[in-house]
Order: sequence, then structure tokens, then C-alpha cells
Amino acid sequence: MTTLMEFKEVDVHYGPIQALKKVSLTVTEGEIVTLIGANGAGKSTLLMSIFGQPRISSGEIIYRGEDISQKSAHYVASHGLAQSPEGRRIFPGMSVEENLLMGTIPIGMEHAEKDMQHMFELFPRLKERRNQRASTMSGGEQQMLAIARALMSRPKLLLLDEPSLGLAPIIVKQIFKILEDVASTGMTIFLVEQNANHALKLADRGYVMVNGEIRLTGTGQELLVNPEVRDAYLGGH
Amino acid sequence: MTQTDISYKKSGTDAIIAALMALVVFGPIMGIVLNGYQFKLSFDRVFVIVAIVFVGRFLMSTFFQTHRGKMMAFRYANNDDGVTVLPPNHKSKMVWIIPLVMVIGLLVPFIASKYVLTIVILGLIYVLLGLGLNIVVGLAGLLDLGFVGFYAIGAYGLALGYNHLGLGFWSMLPIAAILAACAGAILGFPVLRMHGDYLAIVTLGFGEIIRLVLTNWQSFTHGPNGITAPAPTLFGLEFKRRSAHGETFHEYFNVPYDSAHKYMFVYLVLFVVVWAVLFIKHRLVKMPIGRAWEALREDEIACRSLGLNHVLVKLSAFMMGAATAGIAGVFFATYQGFINPTSFTFFESALILAIVVLGGMGSTVGVVIAAFCLTVLPELLREVAQYRILLFGILMVVMMIWKPRGLVRITRRGFARKEGVVK
Repeated sequence: MTTLMEFKEVDVHYGPIQALKKVSLTVTEGEIVTLIGANGAGKSTLLMSIFGQPRISSGEIIYRGEDISQKSAHYVASHGLAQSPEGRRIFPGMSVEENLLMGTIPIGMEHAEKDMQHMFELFPRLKERRNQRASTMSGGEQQMLAIARALMSRPKLLLLDEPSLGLAPIIVKQIFKILEDVASTGMTIFLVEQNANHALKLADRGYVMVNGEIRLTGTGQELLVNPEVRDAYLGGH
Repeated sequence: MTQTDISYKKSGTDAIIAALMALVVFGPIMGIVLNGYQFKLSFDRVFVIVAIVFVGRFLMSTFFQTHRGKMMAFRYANNDDGVTVLPPNHKSKMVWIIPLVMVIGLLVPFIASKYVLTIVILGLIYVLLGLGLNIVVGLAGLLDLGFVGFYAIGAYGLALGYNHLGLGFWSMLPIAAILAACAGAILGFPVLRMHGDYLAIVTLGFGEIIRLVLTNWQSFTHGPNGITAPAPTLFGLEFKRRSAHGETFHEYFNVPYDSAHKYMFVYLVLFVVVWAVLFIKHRLVKMPIGRAWEALREDEIACRSLGLNHVLVKLSAFMMGAATAGIAGVFFATYQGFINPTSFTFFESALILAIVVLGGMGSTVGVVIAAFCLTVLPELLREVAQYRILLFGILMVVMMIWKPRGLVRITRRGFARKEGVVK
């Protein structure tokens, strides 16, 4: 098991405000790591800082042995890190197939046909809607499309920013079921979530972020039963 | 669906409201006639206008309550659901139109009068401008209100190149395109992070800067006095009555001199260039770069998260658009023979934008039709000279209400290509 991505004491500032404080975390190949935390804890900032948006002010982000903290967003995105961005960000005027093809930008269209078939097996709903414009689909379907699009670039590491955002509980369940399937193919997943319950059940390991700092870390199970986590995120008493 | 659901009371109310509004709008304009230092009131004209508005609104209101009217309103109300994506292997049934238009286009200079020909040339110049702006606004979604700046660079490129360096039409045509593209890149860099309104304001400023430089740099551009631009030559033959350097066109071919020859030649060259631009644009849209432009228009953040280099994509859109405008400028200068900065005001930018919006953002055919409409229509309306701007305005308002997506909605073939990488 080799380390795929590692944050080493990363600081991020938005002007005078410090958004991340000495954050360190590792993602090992083949595992599902989740980062949970409340609104404004800095989860999305952490994810975006991988792409240099915003740039980190100190520390290192090591990806496969290389410090990528000063690289441009498109460089990072085309070297095996695929992201399903917050709020889905699909191309509304393009059909489902076209959206998937856009996902092949980093690797070219060589495997497009085969990978698309694979995506349609993972997400049968997308196959039904393959020629439909993406904007006409429901939120859950759009989220599936966003994940499938990210997978089209055959990433080494899949970054997911709040895939449960704004979705009905039953759809969230479906999405996490699919993520489990994706993980079973050996994909490494780094999942940023507010829905701690689902995220921790799925994840091998988890980090809890509070006010820009990593407060707790442990396996998914450990965190799930941790009283502090239960109080803060799982509505326990 | 029966006739009984027509409420004449509703129509009446609509009509009265419209009539009152007409009274407010037209009352002072039509009712008060200035006569030297005095004015007299003429209510009859106001009455006629208000009566027309009243009756018109009443009929319209009643019509929209009938079944057919409702169907029509419904159709137009559902007109704004974006791009239509056709299957990738779709073949249009309208392909036969292309050779037809080509043949008609080639016949135009030989059958049309000089006056008509000059209007058609102007129309084609606006087609070029529309196509150029269509790349920037329609495809890449970057609202550019200073597009006339590139047009001015093309036109002044020809005129200044001729006056200062002795370069002619044919050498300046590619150079002006490159110059304009460079200007596009220069404008592109500072505005990379901007969107929508902010971008519009910066580009507006850019267009004005170009015009003000042209106006005020007297020693170089001759300022508001304008500057002459050369006519094109056919393998060195000039289209003049007499030439200082060798033979002229009519002497060489032994035909009587006709000032229309120059316009015929400009037209034919322009016609070829327009087709070339159409073809290039058609190919570009299908290429990865065209895909990247459209993706950028739809969602910039998503593009970047997918590994698109948004700097390259934006700059290429600006540069392609600007180069097209530069070429249009060269043709404008050579067609006019004389240019000054008043041809490159903000109104011109607005007109080009109107062409793109009326034609349908991103739609090539729509832009071509709209360019001709907006340049030829004012000429046709010369008969009703005072009212033509009014008619023009009404046409725009009506278009935007009924066809908010433009004359021709963007329909494009889906992407399904196996090669090509956008880096």
C-alpha cells in the first residue's frame, strides 16, 4: 500500500483569514477516505487547494511523490486526479454522452467507447438518458453524471465534493451504493461530505475537520461510534 | 376550447391600459408641434395613434384568448429551452441550399446594380463581423462590447499600412488579421478572470480606447480627418480610370471603364473569404477546441476541474473572433476607400451584438440571416426615412419577445469522435 496523496502541514489563507491550519492527511492507494465537518469548516477549501484554487500559503501537497501545490489546475486535473465538483457542475446544454466525452479530456478519446459502456453499466439511469440534455435530468441523475464524468478520465484518485448535496435521502442512499461499487473496482476515493453517517459507513478511514483543523481521525467505524462525532454530526444525544 | 371562454372585458381592459400608455408616450411627442419659438397642440394626431394602439391591443388580446392564439403563445413561451442536440450522425436535408446560395451569390455582381452591390458588400462585411463575435459571445460565452475595436484595427491596419509602409490590400489582409488577433490576445489576458457584466465593461472600454487613440494620434492616423485606404488589385492591375503604375484593369482587358468593377471585385473576394470563414468555423465547432469553447460557455469551473486550460481556450476564442473582425475591417476600408474614427463607435459594437443575439447565439445560419437583415433592412426602409429607426427598434423588441433565442436556435450535432485531445 503506497501513499497516493499526502497533505503536509498545509495552511491556506483567504486574505487575512486562515481557512486551513496545519492540515495533514494521507490517502493510501485503494482506500476510501472521507473528510467530514460542518459548514464552513474548510472541507471544500481543502479539496480545491489540491487544484491550486486557492494556493496554499505553506506546507506541501504530495501526489505520487511530486509536490503539486504550485501546479495549475488543468495540470493537476490531467494527471490522474478527477473531481466531481460541489454542486455537480455538469454541462447543462450538452447531452449525457457529450458530458461523459468531456470527461475524457485529459486522456483523449482512445478508450471513450469502452469506458462509456462501463459507465452505463455502473449507472443504468444514464444509459436511459444518454441522448437527453443534462439540464433536463433530476438532481440525483445529474450527480451520477458528474461522478461518471469524473471516472471517464480513468483517474488514480477520485475526489468527490458533497455528492449528497440537495438530494432526497433515498437518492443519497443510491449514490452511496454506487460509490461502494466504484470502490470495489479498486478505485481510491477521497470523499468530502456533510452527511457524516453515510460517509463514515462507506469509508475505510475518516478525518473530522473543525474550523480549518483536523480534530479527529480514525477508521470509519471508530468515528461512527465516537461520542464527540455522534454529538456534533450524527444528531446523537 | 370553445369560443365562449373569450372575455371581451379582459381585452377591453388590456386595450385601455395600452391606449393610456400610448397617450403618455406619444402625447408629448406627437401632440406638441414646435413652430419657431412657439408651439401648437395638435390632438388629432395623438388621437389617431392612440386609437390604433387601442384597436390593435384589443384584437391582439382577443386573438390570444382563442384556441389558435393560445397555441401560438404556448409555442413561443416554450421557446427558451436552450440548445437542441442532434444525433451525431444526423444529416441535414437542407444541404442543397449551400450550392444554391453559392451560385446565386456568384451571379449577384453581374446582375445587380452598383447600389445593390454596395449594400450586399456591407451585408457580407457584417456577416464576417457577426461570425467573429459569434465565436466570442455565442460559443465561448464571453460578452464582448468592444468588438468594434478589432474591426477598427483591421480597417486602420490597411489604411496605415498603405500610407506609411506602402503595403497593399493583399499583403495587409493576412497582416491585419494577425494584428487584430494579437490585439485580441492583449485584451484577453487582463480579462481572463472576468465574467458577464464586468467583462462587458472592460471590453467596452477597450473598444473606446482604440477609437480615442485613432482620433487623437493625429500625426500617425490623421485623427478625425480620416485617412485613405487602397482599393484591391487583381494581380497588380488597379481598378482606376488611370494609373501611375502601369496598366489598369479596364485597359488590360480592353473594356470601358466602369467604377462598379472595383465593387464587383471586392464582392467576389469577400464572397470567397466569407465562405472560407464559414467553412473554418464549421470545422472548428466540431474540433476539440470548439467543444472546449462550448463547455467554457456552459460551466467554466467544470471545465477547469476536467483539466481544460481555460487560459488557452479563452484566448483562442478572443483571437479567432478578433482575426475575423480584422479581416472584415480590411474589406470595409477597401470598400469605402476612406475611413475615419466615426465608423468605429460603440453603436457599431451594439449592432454587431444585435446581429449575434437576433441570429441566435452560436448559430451560424442565424447570424448570416440577421447580418443581412440588419444591414439591408435599413436600406430598404429608406422610403420611410424618418421612421426607419423606429421600425428597426420595434422589430428588435418584437423579436426578443417572440424569439428570445434568436432567429435560428442552435442545433448542433452531438460530439462523437474517437480522436482528439484537448490539453
